[in-house]
Amino acid sequence: MTAQRIPWTLIVFLVAATVPWLGSRYDTFLAEQVAIDALFAVSLNLLLGTTGLVSFGHVAYFGVGAYVCGILMKTYNLPFIVAFPAAGIGAAIFALISGYFCVRLIKLYFAMLTLAFSQIVWAIVYKWNDVTGGDQGLPEIPFPNLDWMSSIPGLGDLRTSDQFYLLALAVIAICLAIMHRIIRSPFGRVLTTIRDNPERAAFIGINVRAYQLAAFVVAGGFAGFAGALYGIFSRGVFADYVFWSKSAEVIIMAILGGMDFFWGPPVGALALVWLNQQVTDLTQYWPFVLGTILLILLFGFPGGIVGGLHALWMKKRGAARA
Amino acid sequence: MAGSLLFSQFMGGFTTAMFLFLIASGLSLVFGVMRVINFAHGSFYMLGAYLAWQGMTWFQPLFGSFWLAALFAASGVALLGAVVERLFFRSLYGREELYQLLFTYALVLILGDAAKFLWGTNQLTVSTPPALSGGIQMFGTTQPLYNLFVMAVGPAIAFFGWLVLNRTGVGRMVRAAQMDREMLDALGANVGTIYTGMFVFSAFLAGLSGALVTPIQSIVPGMDVLIIVQAFIVVVIGGMGSFWGTFWGAVIYGQVLSFGILVFPSFSLFSVFALMAVILIVRPWGLFGRPLL
Repeated sequence: MTAQRIPWTLIVFLVAATVPWLGSRYDTFLAEQVAIDALFAVSLNLLLGTTGLVSFGHVAYFGVGAYVCGILMKTYNLPFIVAFPAAGIGAAIFALISGYFCVRLIKLYFAMLTLAFSQIVWAIVYKWNDVTGGDQGLPEIPFPNLDWMSSIPGLGDLRTSDQFYLLALAVIAICLAIMHRIIRSPFGRVLTTIRDNPERAAFIGINVRAYQLAAFVVAGGFAGFAGALYGIFSRGVFADYVFWSKSAEVIIMAILGGMDFFWGPPVGALALVWLNQQVTDLTQYWPFVLGTILLILLFGFPGGIVGGLHALWMKKRGAARA
Repeated sequence: MAGSLLFSQFMGGFTTAMFLFLIASGLSLVFGVMRVINFAHGSFYMLGAYLAWQGMTWFQPLFGSFWLAALFAASGVALLGAVVERLFFRSLYGREELYQLLFTYALVLILGDAAKFLWGTNQLTVSTPPALSGGIQMFGTTQPLYNLFVMAVGPAIAFFGWLVLNRTGVGRMVRAAQMDREMLDALGANVGTIYTGMFVFSAFLAGLSGALVTPIQSIVPGMDVLIIVQAFIVVVIGGMGSFWGTFWGAVIYGQVLSFGILVFPSFSLFSVFALMAVILIVRPWGLFGRPLL
């Protein structure tokens, strides 16, 4: 149990923060992609792994966050410090409204309704030309004003994109630390109880739906933060971001890393971005490779990467004791 | 003038509806019996379209080549369904829904790329079979004969499916498997064979509808993920697992989309998804289904 006392979030943050100095511009790009995906996947895993809710529409909240932040910064010229929290709050409010209905359904029906809500978001952003840019999307979302960062010694000569990377990394680290606290808190324990046995949880007096809704709102809010960062990072928000197949991708990240562990989804995000980059150099058939990986995972390693390593570690330790 | 416009919207909506019914009925059957949402159903549909094109190029000089190609496509997809069910799907029945969903999604990814690899990314087209290439004048509009043919096939298959499910021994077994799998198993029925049979039949329907759509729509990569969401909506509206429900779900979907375009042009997509959400909220088992569990 010593592993819990190591401040992993801080260590990972510090290591990742060296990328702009040690790596190329492309390395920074990849690292930022991994970091944002990690935040998105951890927010999903709050539902999937912690609460046992299979959401097939988590990308809706990512998308709401991306559009709220993008619209506020581009159309209304508001600063990042206003737009970013608004993105998370907007996504959380939408999660509250849609989640209110979703948690009333069980299992596959829950998955279908989350899918329906995410497609509603997609249909709106795809057609509402005046506000969302429709199928053209919202290109050229500005970077936040980072002059204050330039005045910090050592950060002044970095490119704006690298400075934004550091800002995004810091924000993501804080978000991950908060979610880690939430999962370890009594509230998080209740969520795990609900995952393991909703009937028994109800018997001991837990309001199952209320807790599930709370988890849904928190997960939606953090997904909104991830979306807001992603819109700025990729310099635009497009309707494709909200299409339902993106929800499947983030589920794959969580499963690939291991949904029983807090650090599973970030590992999955890292593995997936790295693999994507390796594979697309060789062939255009990335979906085929991803599908094959998914098959191997489902039939061979349902615990994912972290789950597999953990099992190996426990076995080794058991062997050493005996 | 206004009357003919309404009529042609109605007919357009009805054609869409009958295609969707053909596709969604297989999805609904698999859900009803196996409690699995098969994302790969759209991929089966797409493969049916590509195989029909392939069949057309092979059988071109023969008489009735389109029908031969359609049968070839549906059988090919059914065979693939059998392989998928026996080799992989079988071992996932006891597992959580998440794994089953992801398995079918893995198939979507693999089959989508396989189709790109085999047939490229260009649009492919199949010409209408000569016997059905004309049109008929109705209420001041010209209705293509082929669309009318599809409108007849949909109800025919619905009736046939209803007949098999409700009036035959096989149908009784399937309904029993829908209600209580363990009990049927305990009574000595071979549930595994029923499951394989259902999955293969559902794949056959998907392949057939893919083949039948080729004279109206060109075959493009990505048609799999577009159609599967529409088929979901139809199944949800009608009630997952209900055959007639799927039929009426398709009719409602087709008309909402068709007239939605007239009333609010940019929000017809929104209206069908909103309809799906509202039905899931108010009656999760659909308009014609029965509550489960």
